[in-house]
Amino acid sequence: MTAITHRPLGGHIVTKPFLILGVFVLIAAYFILRRFLFGMGDVSNMSNGYPIGTWVVLDVVIGTAFGCGGFAMALLIYIFNRKAYHPLMRPALLGGVFGYTLAGLAVMIDLGRYWNAFNLLMPWYAQPNSVIFEVALCVMAYITVLWLEFWPAFLERIPSEFKQRFGLDKLYVFLKRYMYVLVALGVLLPTMHQSSLGSVLLILGYKLSPLWNTTWLPLLYLISALAMGYGVVMLEATLVNRAFKTPSEAALFARLARVAAGLLVGFLLLRWGDLTYRGHLGLAFVGDWDGNLFLIETVLFLAPIFVLLSRRRASQRWQFLAAVCLLAAGSLYRLDSYLMAVQPGNGWTYFPSAPELLITIGVVCLEIMLYLLFIKTLPVLPGSTAESHGRPS
Amino acid sequence: MDSFSNHDLETHAVQDLDGYRGALGGLTRRQFLKYCTGVAATLGLSSLMGIRIAEAATAAKRPPVIWLSAQECTGCTESLLRAYHPTLETLILDMISLDYHEALCSGAGHQAEAYKAKSMKENWGKFVLVVDGSIPTKDGGIYCMVAGKPILEAVKEAAEGAAAIIGIGSCASWGGVPSSDPNPTHAKPVHEVLPGKTVINIPGCPPNPYNFLSTVLYLLTFGKPPALDAKNRPKFAYGRLIHENCERRPHFDAGRFALEFGDYGHRQGFCLYKIGCKGPETHANCPTIGFGDVGEGNWPVGIGHPCFGCTEQGVGFTKPLHALAKVQTYTPPTAFPAVNAPKGEGVSPAAAAVVAGVAGLAVGAGAMALRGMDGGADSSADQHGDDR
Repeated sequence: MTAITHRPLGGHIVTKPFLILGVFVLIAAYFILRRFLFGMGDVSNMSNGYPIGTWVVLDVVIGTAFGCGGFAMALLIYIFNRKAYHPLMRPALLGGVFGYTLAGLAVMIDLGRYWNAFNLLMPWYAQPNSVIFEVALCVMAYITVLWLEFWPAFLERIPSEFKQRFGLDKLYVFLKRYMYVLVALGVLLPTMHQSSLGSVLLILGYKLSPLWNTTWLPLLYLISALAMGYGVVMLEATLVNRAFKTPSEAALFARLARVAAGLLVGFLLLRWGDLTYRGHLGLAFVGDWDGNLFLIETVLFLAPIFVLLSRRRASQRWQFLAAVCLLAAGSLYRLDSYLMAVQPGNGWTYFPSAPELLITIGVVCLEIMLYLLFIKTLPVLPGSTAESHGRPS
Repeated sequence: MDSFSNHDLETHAVQDLDGYRGALGGLTRRQFLKYCTGVAATLGLSSLMGIRIAEAATAAKRPPVIWLSAQECTGCTESLLRAYHPTLETLILDMISLDYHEALCSGAGHQAEAYKAKSMKENWGKFVLVVDGSIPTKDGGIYCMVAGKPILEAVKEAAEGAAAIIGIGSCASWGGVPSSDPNPTHAKPVHEVLPGKTVINIPGCPPNPYNFLSTVLYLLTFGKPPALDAKNRPKFAYGRLIHENCERRPHFDAGRFALEFGDYGHRQGFCLYKIGCKGPETHANCPTIGFGDVGEGNWPVGIGHPCFGCTEQGVGFTKPLHALAKVQTYTPPTAFPAVNAPKGEGVSPAAAAVVAGVAGLAVGAGAMALRGMDGGADSSADQHGDDR
């Protein structure tokens, strides 16, 4: 990481988009306050039939997949030694920091008796056979690791006389020297919990259509999380590039595109092969709700493969479209398997209430606001020259 | 004390009870051991227990217990004999000294009565008095006589010197069967004939032996009665309705009832409320501890018989067996919703508007972002395009 220079973007922090996002965050804060004052029933449509609602599915299951940029890039850069992608690492890491931290926040809103959450850390209450327990501990550990991995960005911003007075220089050197431990953990932990997010669904049994319910769920979730990680790195970089007129990294992405496409091909082969082997492929073509959802997912998964493997992958526009398709496919896969394809029976129906959705939207807006704040004030984006390439102000 | 001293005690009927020979009731050592082994055999215990009985009979002082039986059926004692943790012999050989109990004491007739009088005299103010059975009060209590004396007087006399008084069984606790209408003997519970005394009540017909043993062990350990409710029943055993901990309670809440013995619901183990179960108005711990130490579900309701409310005054032996209980928590509705009735919330217009708004924003921002790419017209893509 030392070979790359990172610089803050600079520019105004309070801009028009920032204020618009802030309004949504305030709306969400109001409903979060209501949730803690009057209980979950006041703002949410979750029920005994659907105990998992949008907060878990959108903010945690899909949100952490969006936060997998850091995981996917670390795997590529440090494990497979593709140093060329190094400039993409720190922005991806920052996305992961917020994706996961705000997923943790969403869980605390979603937990009915959140004040008991600390018991997770009490070894004598541990239930080592529980998948959810594994996810909880693993995500907590990963949030810590992400912040530690990101810590050098803060240290680089602190004035040097201040650093010397408090011995922060030594901490910086120490962090740099042992960063490989954090990087290793940062690859191991998401491997564990992203696959476990799939294992959680195994207990749904007959409630989940065989189109999704398979013993390969953990691997399918892991592959799709990795692919979404690359997708989100492409999307974020493209948007930042457009918004702040930074040098295009399209050439770098053209090579990354093949990795992402390869993962998607593997995902589809495994999924369709498993369905054929189990004899449930016919369910995809009966034309009902579940079958159609499955087909839409498949189209969304196939589209980025064709784009990313064709010559069009050099084009920023097509990269952007492919990344959007990829993320939509991964998100829909998660949304379907956690909510839309789940039939608890006994007459239960569920659609998130408006306050419930507004809380999720607010959490996402907060994530974007913090991302903007951090790339403007902290050395996150790569910079080769000394000049500021922020927006003229 | 004076009134007791003046009482006609037949202490002369036994010899010097303080000496070794006296303690053995005039027996030789060999005769005594043979006797103890015989007692063990009578109790259904192994012959080794005879030695322990002998040891216990001559051991240092344990808290003395005087057990008086009034209008009773010995069911409480029979129930107590079937306790296994601790066993009755552990209790009476190791923990207490059961100095008088008409069904269990080794002596008989004048000898037993004299020993009781001696023990009460020696331990005045220190012994525990246990009474089973209700006390007849009509005609001076002549309907229950022990040793030529109404039990009413014997109970009053013993209560004067008792450190603690326990009424075991429904009869002693609230009158039980003998007090049921028309109550020919004017039977009364122990606490009514001992005004001003605290009587710990262990109702039940018979009560679960562990409720009695636990109370006694609590008394011995802490020197005071356990927490009691308004009817002086130990709260640990009688603090909750049977209904609250009943294993068939989910059937009650869901509206699944047996309507007659042997019908489909009865065979499926449904709630017995509609065939007269008094669990909803009876306080006892039967569902949580069961009977006979043979595992879960071994209590009347567990084996398919409605509770008849034996522990509760005004319910057991008073209400007809088939009468509906007066539910003290809440009564079941007359109609229950179908299991597949629509539940949960569907799409609301506000939620649909939010989803549509987000989708529109994402598409619009995405299109704006696309416009300027690959050297196209300059644009300022909105950050909302990050369509998470």
